[in-house]
Amino acid sequence: MTEQQTVYLDHAATTPMVPEAIAVMTEQLARTGNASSLHAAGRAARRTVEEARELVASHLGARPSEVVFCSGGTEANNLAIKGLFWARRATDPARTRVLFSAIEHHALLDPVTWLAKHEGAAVETTPVDKIGRIRLDALRAAVETDPGSVAAITTMWANNEMGTVQPVREVVELAAAHGIPVHSDAVQAAGYLPLDFGASGLDAMTVTAHKLGGPVGVGALVIRREVEPVPLLHGGGQERDLRSGTIGVALIAAFAKAVEVTLARQAETTARIEALRTRLVEGLTRVVPDAIVNGDPEPGAGHRLPNIAHVTFPGCEGDAMLMLLDAQGVECSTGSACAAGVPQPSHVLLAMGYDERAARGSLRFSLGHTSTEADVDRLLAVLPAVHERALAAGMVRQR
Amino acid sequence: MTVYLDEAATSPVRREVLEAMWPYLTGVFGNPASHHEVGAAARSGIDRARQEVAGLLGVRPGELTFTSGGTEGANAAVKGLALAAPRGRHVVVSAVEHPAVLESARWLGRLGFEVTEVGVDDRGTVTPEALDAVLRDDTTLVSVQLASNEVGTVQPVAGLAAVAAAHGVPFHTDAVQAAPWLPLDPAALGVQALSISGHKLGTPKGSGLLWVDRRTPWEPLVHGGGQQDGRRSGTEDVAAAVGLATALRLAATDRDAESVRVAALRDTLVARVLDAVPGAALTGHATDRLPGHASFVLPGVSGEAALIGLEERGVVCSSGSACAAGSDEPSHVLTAMGLPRDVAQTAVRLTFGRGATADELEHAARTLAAVVARLRPAAG
Repeated sequence: MTEQQTVYLDHAATTPMVPEAIAVMTEQLARTGNASSLHAAGRAARRTVEEARELVASHLGARPSEVVFCSGGTEANNLAIKGLFWARRATDPARTRVLFSAIEHHALLDPVTWLAKHEGAAVETTPVDKIGRIRLDALRAAVETDPGSVAAITTMWANNEMGTVQPVREVVELAAAHGIPVHSDAVQAAGYLPLDFGASGLDAMTVTAHKLGGPVGVGALVIRREVEPVPLLHGGGQERDLRSGTIGVALIAAFAKAVEVTLARQAETTARIEALRTRLVEGLTRVVPDAIVNGDPEPGAGHRLPNIAHVTFPGCEGDAMLMLLDAQGVECSTGSACAAGVPQPSHVLLAMGYDERAARGSLRFSLGHTSTEADVDRLLAVLPAVHERALAAGMVRQR
Repeated sequence: MTVYLDEAATSPVRREVLEAMWPYLTGVFGNPASHHEVGAAARSGIDRARQEVAGLLGVRPGELTFTSGGTEGANAAVKGLALAAPRGRHVVVSAVEHPAVLESARWLGRLGFEVTEVGVDDRGTVTPEALDAVLRDDTTLVSVQLASNEVGTVQPVAGLAAVAAAHGVPFHTDAVQAAPWLPLDPAALGVQALSISGHKLGTPKGSGLLWVDRRTPWEPLVHGGGQQDGRRSGTEDVAAAVGLATALRLAATDRDAESVRVAALRDTLVARVLDAVPGAALTGHATDRLPGHASFVLPGVSGEAALIGLEERGVVCSSGSACAAGSDEPSHVLTAMGLPRDVAQTAVRLTFGRGATADELEHAARTLAAVVARLRPAAG
């Protein structure tokens, strides 16, 4: 048996930091200073944060004042949806409905569910079609039933399991007719698609550093000035009073550097990764002919992310394949990392109309900035045997 | 030479902490929630960190939640305990809490909770009698800090928690400022929740910890993927957790010896300032105070001008909480202690850590005297 390098095909869960971001973080960690302090050390920290804010804003088509730094995508989503709900309902008690797509990440689904359970929100799922795209007709119908009662709409920019890009602009147009704020979780999209917050018409958008080459523990809610959600974290009044807490200067600086480096190279990286994905998909359907690639087959920023290939292996248990691949040094996922270990079929696949067996027999391969042809080839080399064993084992009988 | 005397705002990152974090920022980059080897390596890093912290605090690993910092911990504790507690809708916080606690309580107020801010004496201490007087049958939470960020006073938390316990009320203590200096022993304190921040202990900013007793009902603040057994959703920051565990271990190692050494330096500094600066008065408790904390008011002198003068001469400090810096409002802590507003606006706070030396502090005292002499025409 030869010693194999690990093949990491789980970049949608988290992707390694780009070296430039590590360098900036290291440099910043050597400094002391609370960005709220008035003395020189504090002012230097504040300057670093503000430069980072400008950098992040400029790459996302936002104004600096629209960037609210926080601890990551989950916190940003919680702030956006809970905060918008509280603020809108405070203005008008009739606004109790929260509309969200059926394929949202748990970081959005769970706060929405919490609002229903604890805050009396009426939460409504909008269905998606077979490729995982939100059904605008259904959303329109839901809104028009009673537009005055909608507190907020949220739809992710691109799905984390399938990679399907959502019609954000159309959702915004539909909502704007009734003055309803729209939030989008762009955590998966930010590294791989050009995002323009201003042009999108969105009221709020979530991004996180560790999906685009920055560190874990920092992200941002990009939010228009006129929109004032009720904060999730109260205290010293940092970040426009929307997010209290001492700002992690090193984290923020590394986040900004990752945004700068990753987005500056985005077109080039995307083309390279799209080619790798093609190699993966073509090879996969060759070595396992009955594998089915899910989601939108069309490439391009309006269709799907370039880096995700979501595949169903009929008759196989996804978890079994995951472990067999892991044993061969190939790392992937059955869906979102957050649901990993929880033996439940993906809510995304079920929403797309798959039955539970197909949903359980699926794997997500996600590429990233360190991925190579050799990685893809290694997967393709081990896949036939892995597939054969998983197929022989069959599927666990359902309860 | 620059002397940094604002450690209560933030302290330098400790080298050992960085070294412990380094592998998790570079090689071991996985998501602990992932079900493969790269994920498992990250998982074992955060599990070890949790075990280590649990050992240091004498609590169970499953009672610990890694957070993004002190503010998140305080928010999660105050809101989460109040929202989950079935006793009623009355919360008690001390009048000298950090804004993270005060503003969380005020938010609960907007949700329909009644908030009582229990007062302090002239040394900034909450007395058990004062607490006892405001507790009610429907009180659902008491939150009092372990030590003050502004005046350094150490609260008699064990006594206060005993009062709350007699009424059956859960008790949270914000131990952010105390963590570098005081033993963190929830059992000895008799509290049900305790929060700390990493960056006051020598980790990078962005890490913190909340401990909540497993028997105490508590509602999480951030919902999502269900990480940390649902207590705090969001991708786990393994490097931050490892850094925090390391910093807590380091702090525990030399806590007793350094507390004694630094407290002696502080006492000398306080005596020197009171001696050399006419009219200066110590704020906070003279003895029950953090070792690395000396705070004064300088009646007749603008605190802001004093700070600028000090910084020009290489002594970096602050008026009080960094969060309130730049505000014209006098400190809520000093006014709660009974100081007139104009006196409260003359505050200067010198805070230092384990690296403090007698020379630096002597230099600071002399510089402060010189600055004040220049700002204030000698009294007749």
